[in-house]
Amino acid sequence: MAERRPNRASDADRDAAVTRAITRIPLDYPHRLAWWLFFLAALGLLAVFLVSVTVLFARGVGVWGNNIPVNWGIAISNYVWWLGIGQGGTLISALLLLVQQHWRNSLNRFAETVTVFAVICAGIYPILHLGRPWLFYWMAPYPSTMGVWPQFKSPLAWDFFAVVTYLTVSIVFWYVGAIPDFASTRDRAKRRSAQVFYGLLALGWRGAARHWARWRQAYRLSAALAVPLVVSFHSEVSLLMSAGPIPGWASTVFPAHFVAGAAFSGFAVVAMLATVLRKTLGLQDLVTAKHLDMLGKLMLVTGMLTAYGYFAEAFNALYSGEAHELQTLRDRFAGAYAWSYWGAVILNFVPLQLMWLRRFRCNPACLFLVGLSGAVGMWLERYMLVVTSLYRDYLVSSWGAYHASVWEWLLFAGTVGLFMVGFLLFVRLAPMMSAFEIKAAIFEHEESVDV
Amino acid sequence: MSDRKAGDRIYGLVAEFDRPEKLLEAARRAREAGFVRFEACSPFPIEGLSEVIGFHEPWTPLATLLGAIAGVALGYGLQVYAAQDYPIDIGGRPLVAPPAFAIVTFEFLILFGVLGAVVTMLALDRLPRLHHPLFELERFHLASLNRFFLVIEARDPKFHPRRSRDFLEKLDPVRVDEAPFAEAQA
Repeated sequence: MAERRPNRASDADRDAAVTRAITRIPLDYPHRLAWWLFFLAALGLLAVFLVSVTVLFARGVGVWGNNIPVNWGIAISNYVWWLGIGQGGTLISALLLLVQQHWRNSLNRFAETVTVFAVICAGIYPILHLGRPWLFYWMAPYPSTMGVWPQFKSPLAWDFFAVVTYLTVSIVFWYVGAIPDFASTRDRAKRRSAQVFYGLLALGWRGAARHWARWRQAYRLSAALAVPLVVSFHSEVSLLMSAGPIPGWASTVFPAHFVAGAAFSGFAVVAMLATVLRKTLGLQDLVTAKHLDMLGKLMLVTGMLTAYGYFAEAFNALYSGEAHELQTLRDRFAGAYAWSYWGAVILNFVPLQLMWLRRFRCNPACLFLVGLSGAVGMWLERYMLVVTSLYRDYLVSSWGAYHASVWEWLLFAGTVGLFMVGFLLFVRLAPMMSAFEIKAAIFEHEESVDV
Repeated sequence: MSDRKAGDRIYGLVAEFDRPEKLLEAARRAREAGFVRFEACSPFPIEGLSEVIGFHEPWTPLATLLGAIAGVALGYGLQVYAAQDYPIDIGGRPLVAPPAFAIVTFEFLILFGVLGAVVTMLALDRLPRLHHPLFELERFHLASLNRFFLVIEARDPKFHPRRSRDFLEKLDPVRVDEAPFAEAQA
């Protein structure tokens, strides 16, 4: 780095190049045709979402396949899955900010966007699952004329507050982190409409030193609060399973197992989107081989932690010697839904082993495929966890089967559309990387080399 | 407008720099020269600049703490109140159940802590704000790209149109400009 020092003009040019590379995307989007094709596909899936929700509202949850004993089918396993995907974004953004890993600056904005839309997809599932979804506001604490209050000892109320808090905090954190880049976009905008749009979003930001100082305080404190929030959220999800007397749901490894699995699926999706975005938008200078390398390592660490959770669950069941726990373990290994167990184990942990080697971590296609495998594998894991425990519970007389109906599958496809529409609009309209933090990191790096 | 002292024609004088080190040095010199109403604008947060301008403000962290405490009180209080106002006896378990109430209480802690931090930050920044006299400057848009600006406001008691300009010229700026007030406000 030292030999670059005398050439001061090039530093300013590079600072400008970083901002221009990022702000040109919302201001003058390249590859519009590809974007529109993706967006039309996403809109098609969103239409599927609207149709399946309409059918659900018109005919009731009877159109789904869940019933006693498996009253938590895909609706709840998808809730857990989407939440887990959201968690990866917050961890990349907030945790790596606090431990000063500057490489996060190329990934955090769109990782946080993944969080926001994944949490929206997750949050609608418990509402749709209510039976009378139009009364969902009964879960909010307000002085109702009926004189009733939410039941705060119920996991449903916990979910409501957890989702509302997580969604609000994710959006606020995303927005506060993006204000200075909205200002950059405003200042680069040539069209009046874009100047007004980004001008309003920038809130009049002018980069004053006092504003930066307070911004740092608020941003770091929010990050410090967001990290325990995500960890607590997935622990809460595991807790609401433990709250039910069901075999296979009461292991003490659950909170940690859920958090690790959630982070794993989140990193997997962020890795997939990072490889796609850098390729389609030509951002190889900003999302470099190092970023892919780090994402691969994060997937490997959290994936292996998840694998430990599988081991500990099986060990707990065997060690307990309890007949129903052993029954559930046998059902997972060889029962009617064993495909979901082995599918999860194979897709989660077999391709993942490639991530031990740097060559594969830095290969975008390979990273994408391992990420895809992890995302699908974690979906199977959530499905397995819900269904294999419920279909044969402690009450042998109530054993039964579960088959998801076509409306559940269509709704699932629809939530993917909901996610994609939101994410594609973000890619089109917002500066998707933290330009000012990249510049600050470059400056601080040079300062430290100087000393 | 609070930015304006009676009789001011201009908002202030603006020196433009091409390197963050120069802005750091200029801000240090401006403070030593006794200016109090000056502002340093940069495209990214510069390590050390807040110390140079004498920023020691506890309000944002304090508001975060108070928000978190208020959140805990509100969250737990709400649940205790609801349990009395609408008691549901489930298998004889206590109406007020701290282990079950811990989750919602924690969510309120985080929510109000984060909102406290962000709302306080914006309020102290006097943001959102639709316009600012600095935006009248033709080159100020570079403050979000790769240039660094030191602004000495006309309402600073030590401000003098000529002497302050000389002071800024000595700091090795790219250029020094006057920031006018917008016509509509004049």
